[in-house]
Amino acid sequence: MWDYSEKVLELFYNPLNQGSIDDPNQPDVAVVFGEVGSIACGDALRLHLKVQPSTDSILDARFQTFGCTSAIASSSALTEIIKGRTLDQALHITNRDIADFLGGLPEAKMHCSVMGQEALEAAIYKYRGIEVEHHEEDDGTLVCTCYGISEKKIRRAIAENDLSTVEQVTNYVKAGGGCGSCLAGIEDLILDAQQSVETVRAAAELAVEREQGIQPPISLTNLQKITMIQTVLDKEVRPVLVADGGDVSLHDVEGDRVLVKLQGACGSCPSSTETLKYAIEAKLQDLVLPSLVVEAI
Amino acid sequence: MLTYLDNNATTRTDPAVLEAMLPYLSELYGNPSSMHSFGGQVGAVIEEAREQVANLLGAEPTEIIFNSCGSEGNNTAIHAALAAQPEKRHIVTTAVEHPAILAVCKHLEKKGYGVTYLSVDERGELDLLELEAAMTGGTALVTTMVANNETGVIFPVEQIGAIAKAYGATFHVDAVQAVGKVPINLSQSSIDLLTLSGHKLHAPKGIGALYVRKGYRFRPFLLGGHQERGRRAGTHNVPAIVALGKAAELAQTHLAYVKREADLRDRLEHGILATISDTVVNGGGAPRLPNTTNIGFKYIEGEAILFMLNKHGICASSGSACTSGSLDPSHVLTAMGLPYTTLHGSIRFSLSRYTTEAEIGQVLAVMPDIVERLRAMSPFSNDQAGWLQERDLAIVT
Repeated sequence: MWDYSEKVLELFYNPLNQGSIDDPNQPDVAVVFGEVGSIACGDALRLHLKVQPSTDSILDARFQTFGCTSAIASSSALTEIIKGRTLDQALHITNRDIADFLGGLPEAKMHCSVMGQEALEAAIYKYRGIEVEHHEEDDGTLVCTCYGISEKKIRRAIAENDLSTVEQVTNYVKAGGGCGSCLAGIEDLILDAQQSVETVRAAAELAVEREQGIQPPISLTNLQKITMIQTVLDKEVRPVLVADGGDVSLHDVEGDRVLVKLQGACGSCPSSTETLKYAIEAKLQDLVLPSLVVEAI
Repeated sequence: MLTYLDNNATTRTDPAVLEAMLPYLSELYGNPSSMHSFGGQVGAVIEEAREQVANLLGAEPTEIIFNSCGSEGNNTAIHAALAAQPEKRHIVTTAVEHPAILAVCKHLEKKGYGVTYLSVDERGELDLLELEAAMTGGTALVTTMVANNETGVIFPVEQIGAIAKAYGATFHVDAVQAVGKVPINLSQSSIDLLTLSGHKLHAPKGIGALYVRKGYRFRPFLLGGHQERGRRAGTHNVPAIVALGKAAELAQTHLAYVKREADLRDRLEHGILATISDTVVNGGGAPRLPNTTNIGFKYIEGEAILFMLNKHGICASSGSACTSGSLDPSHVLTAMGLPYTTLHGSIRFSLSRYTTEAEIGQVLAVMPDIVERLRAMSPFSNDQAGWLQERDLAIVT
C-alpha cells in the first residue's frame, strides 16, 4: 500500500476546487482549460482557469482528473497553489512545488505532480494563444515512444528535480516504464544534465576569478569569439530553452552584436525579451566577453 | 468492521489450522530427520499432512512434495520439465500466467529457449487451435493456470493436457488459485506437475506443495538434503506443513458448500451492475472460480476506488497501473484486449468461506456513491470521449 502523506489523503477524500468553470460572460473575465494525459496512460487532467485579463491573474481554478489518489490530490493542490497568482508567477511553479504542498509524494508517484505542472502550462499557453502542440513536439524527438515522452520533458524533469537515475526519471515522467528500449537514451540525458551543471559551476568559478582580476582580460579573434559563443549557446543556453519548449540558433556576430534566431515556443512567448536579456546575454557576457549584446532577428 | 474481499491475494488462517500447527511451534520442535524419537514423532505428522493434501487432489501421498510457496513450485516445475528432456528447447504457456511463470519464461528466452505465449480472447479464454498450432516435437513443456488469479477464468486443463501429451510434452498446471475452490482429481488426469500454495486456502504463508505424477522423471531444483526423498532439500517447515495438511482437509469438506460463495459473488456482481451504469464483468462470459469477480468501472481509476473502499474498511484489489507501482495496467486484462476505459478502473473482489452477507451488503451500499464521486471528478464520461486518446497508438507499439 502506498505511503501517502496526510495531506494527500485529505485532498483525495475531500478535494478542493473539483469541477469545471463555465464562462460567466462578464467583462474582464476569461475562461480557459488545459489538458494533459489520456485514458490510455491511466491518468489525465483537465485544468480550468478563470483569468482576469487586466491584471493577468488567476481568479479561480478547478480540476477534472482521471487518475489515482495522488493524481487527484496533486490536481487539487495545484488549484490551491495557483489561485490569485499572475500567469507569469504561475508559469514558474514546478512539479516540486506541488509535491511539497502535499507534504511529499512517493517517488513512484511523482509523475502525478508533473502532470499538474504540465496542465497548468497547457492552460496558460492556450490562454495566451501559443500553439501547445508545437510546444509539445519540441524538436520532434520522442525519447520514450511507449508513453510519448519528449526529450524536452525529460530534460526539464531532470533539471527541476535534480534527478540522477533512470529509475527516478521513470517515476517522475513515466519515460522508460514501458518496453525499456529508451533507458540508455535517458541515461545519456542524465549525464548531459550533470555535465551541464559541471560546466556552469566551472564557468561561475571562472567568472569569480576574472572579477578578482586573477585572469587578464582576454582578447579574442573573431573566429575564436564566434566559436566560443556557439559553444556557450549549445552547452548552456539551448538545453534550458529546449526544456521550456523553445530553441535558439546563432545567426551572425557583428563586432559585439550577437544576432540570434529564437524558435518554437520562445519565439512567440511574451517573456521572450526577458529570456533574451537575462538568459542568453548574461551567459555570453559571463563566459565569452562582458561587452556582448544580444539581439533577436 | 473489516470487509475482506481480497482472498485471491491471501486468506485468513483457519482457526482449526492455527490450532493444529501451534504445538509444532512450541513443545514439539524436533527435526523429523533426527535419529531420536523426539524428532521422529514429528515425521509421522508430516506424512499425515501429505496424505491430507493428496486426498484433496485425488493423488497419492508419494506424489506430493512440500515446498515454500507457489513461486517455488512454478520455478521447480519448469526447471524439472526442462531438465528431464534437455534436448527439447521449446515451452508453451499463456499470456495471462502469474509472474512466477512469465518471469521464468522470459529468463529462459534469454538463455536460448523458445517460448510461445498463447493469447486469450476478450472473455479470457484460450483458443485450443492456437495451442495445437504452437506444439512441436521439440516442445518440452506446456504450462498453464487452472484458474486466473485476476479474473477467475478457468482453463480447460484436461483438453490442454491431451494436446500436450499428444506431442510428448510435460504438462504443468499452476493451480494456486484453483485448489480448494474447484474439485481437482489427479487420479485420471493428464497433469504431470501441479503447483499449489497454502495461504490461498486458509493455511499460513510460506508453505506450498508440488504434485509430481508417479513415474515422472523428476529433477530437483533445490539440492543439498535428503528431505522429501531427495526431491526438495531443506529442513521441513513442520508447523506450516501440518497447517497445510489441516487446511487441505478443511478445503475438501468446504468444496461441498462452495455454492454459497458463488451465490454471494453473484449477488455482489448483479447488485453492482444493476445500480451502477457503465460497469462490466471482465471474463464474465467464461467459466469462472466461484469466489472471484473482476468488475470494470469505466472512466475512473482503480487505485482511487481502492482508497475509497479502504476508508470503509473494505479490502479488494485492482489491476490498474497505479496500484502495482509499475506503469502498465494488468497484463491479464491487457491480454484480454479490454478498452482503456475499463482497463484502468477494474476491481477484483474475491470471496472466501468466511465472507458474509453483511460484507457483500456493505460493498453494495457504498459502491454507487464511490463511483459517483470519482466520476464527478473525471473528465471522461462516455465512450466517445476521444480527447487525449490519440496516444493509444503509441501505447500499442
